[in-house]
Amino acid sequence: MITPELFDHLVELAALELSPPEAEYLRQQLNQQLKALQELVAIPVQASIPPALHGVSYTAEIRPPIREDEWIPSPYAEAILNQAPEVDERYIVVPDIPHQDLE
Amino acid sequence: MDLCDYAAYQLVWMIKRKQVSACEVLESTLRRINAVDGMPGQIEGDRNAEPDKIHAFISLTAERARRQAQQIDQAIQAGEEVGPLAGVPFTVKDIFCVADTLSTAGSKILSNFVAPYTATPVARVEQAGGILLGKVNLDEFTFGSSNESSAFQPSPRNPWNTSRVPGGSSGGSAAAVAAGEGCLSIGTDTAGSIRQPAAFCGVVGVKPTYGRVSRYGLIAFGSSLDCPGPLARNVSDAALLLQIMSGVDPHDSTTANLPVPDYVTDLEKPIKGMRIGLSPDYFRITYVDAESGELDQQPIPDDYRQAIYRVAGRLAEMGADIVEEIPMPHTKYSIPAYFVISRVEAASNLHRYDGVKYGYRTQQAVNDLREMYRKTRGEGFGLQPKLRILMGMYVSAAQYSEQYYLRALRVRTLIRRDFEVIFDPNGKYRLHALLTPTTPTTAFPIAQVYGDSVLMQFADQLTVAANHAGLPALSFPCGFDSEGLPFGAQLIGPDFSEDQLLRLARNYELVTESDQWRKRLPPILRNV
Repeated sequence: MITPELFDHLVELAALELSPPEAEYLRQQLNQQLKALQELVAIPVQASIPPALHGVSYTAEIRPPIREDEWIPSPYAEAILNQAPEVDERYIVVPDIPHQDLE
Repeated sequence: MDLCDYAAYQLVWMIKRKQVSACEVLESTLRRINAVDGMPGQIEGDRNAEPDKIHAFISLTAERARRQAQQIDQAIQAGEEVGPLAGVPFTVKDIFCVADTLSTAGSKILSNFVAPYTATPVARVEQAGGILLGKVNLDEFTFGSSNESSAFQPSPRNPWNTSRVPGGSSGGSAAAVAAGEGCLSIGTDTAGSIRQPAAFCGVVGVKPTYGRVSRYGLIAFGSSLDCPGPLARNVSDAALLLQIMSGVDPHDSTTANLPVPDYVTDLEKPIKGMRIGLSPDYFRITYVDAESGELDQQPIPDDYRQAIYRVAGRLAEMGADIVEEIPMPHTKYSIPAYFVISRVEAASNLHRYDGVKYGYRTQQAVNDLREMYRKTRGEGFGLQPKLRILMGMYVSAAQYSEQYYLRALRVRTLIRRDFEVIFDPNGKYRLHALLTPTTPTTAFPIAQVYGDSVLMQFADQLTVAANHAGLPALSFPCGFDSEGLPFGAQLIGPDFSEDQLLRLARNYELVTESDQWRKRLPPILRNV
């Protein structure tokens, strides 16, 4: 059960600001989804069953060779900078970064 | 029948022989879009506007398309070699980056994002001569099975009945293809997002083997599950498009370094002796009782079951061996496992959207960076991404990850093993493919399921196991229910067996070619 306190903690971790109706809907849906997970928790899964990070096994035969670790200049630097919401010349501007001064 | 209603392979043939020009094909397609599509989806758009139109598009790039079509025509006039998709109009789900186009993921948070580069599968299709018509709508970040969660409204409607959803998340792709708004579309499938809308809209959709098609330039949702793939009106066109999209890519280290077989040439080779399985576990729906949280089961609708058994009968007429009572005991855990794995991956992938480097940034005054993040993400994401982020944070938290995430990954192994047993060439079943319904129902009414995230997720329960297992799967139309809505049949096969699945589906097309139901057109096309 996701309590209002736990929910607020998740919202903080997720860096989201929610309106009260949104928060109510989302917490209710999360708890519905958790119910759907109860069966998963109940399945007998032996510890000898390995976890699968993906379905198709990556044998050496089908894995492409790793690229050389080379520095390649991006042709898109200007296009990427043009997307930034706020820039100062070639720097992206953000609001103050919360910090503590060390003694 | 207009030029835009021809198959892609027919158009290429005619264009290369100068019977028609790429520009004529394009203009025919643009006229169709103008006639049936209505207003494109837009931020703050009216969900209920023009309820008798398709609304497949977010952005139509007609001028870009005209330039591409002219280049093809000039090349043909000059006697130059043109590609295998020369002059074929296609659409792209707006989850792919395409240089100099808005690439929105159906979300406000990327509503102003113009991609600086083009995704590999799209670039390959353009290189092969395909004409990009524009970007089509989808569930926000692909999170849904009805297309209703897009921030760009009105969202797409089903061409067979515009009061029904087109399915999702590649709903714009399936609706566009079904309505003649481009012969082909490139979609993505994370839990069924190509196959389910293909089934709902009566078209062909292929989820390739994980690693068959590059994900470079795809805006990520569940990185271990996402597969780009083709949607088309017929199997031959799907094969043609898959051929172009497939193959190793130095920009995606998860692509498989395996040669791509010829998907097109052997499509009509006989299927005599191929072994097709039917599993009772794919003819019942498992769902969670809202009160108790326990799993309950009910059979899929009788007319849908009969439609799939009729497909099996026709394949048997062509010489395939049908094997019944195939056990797939872990299928019912596919959705619970997906609830965990996909949410963890989604939460991780969505952390990058913070209003700093690109996309939407809050216009409100803020005191510091954290507040900017919270307001930007709060305003920029719709409810479905927020829900997935929160769930992903919860099930991957240190104290719960053993119970949920690690367990889900082990269950994934069990799901994969079910398939390894039935496809083992030396095993008891030795199947070439499993034949199933693609969806538990035909297309459901708009607004009937949307908002209930659990019920919506269960729309994917017959498709998602193939994503867990990484296997190729294909959905193809196989008739209509009493309300005139298409049924979809699904074939799931062993790793990298796309050629076999396409061949089976093409043989089914051949044997049903003169069936009455094949002659039906979506009602929206009757007056164009």
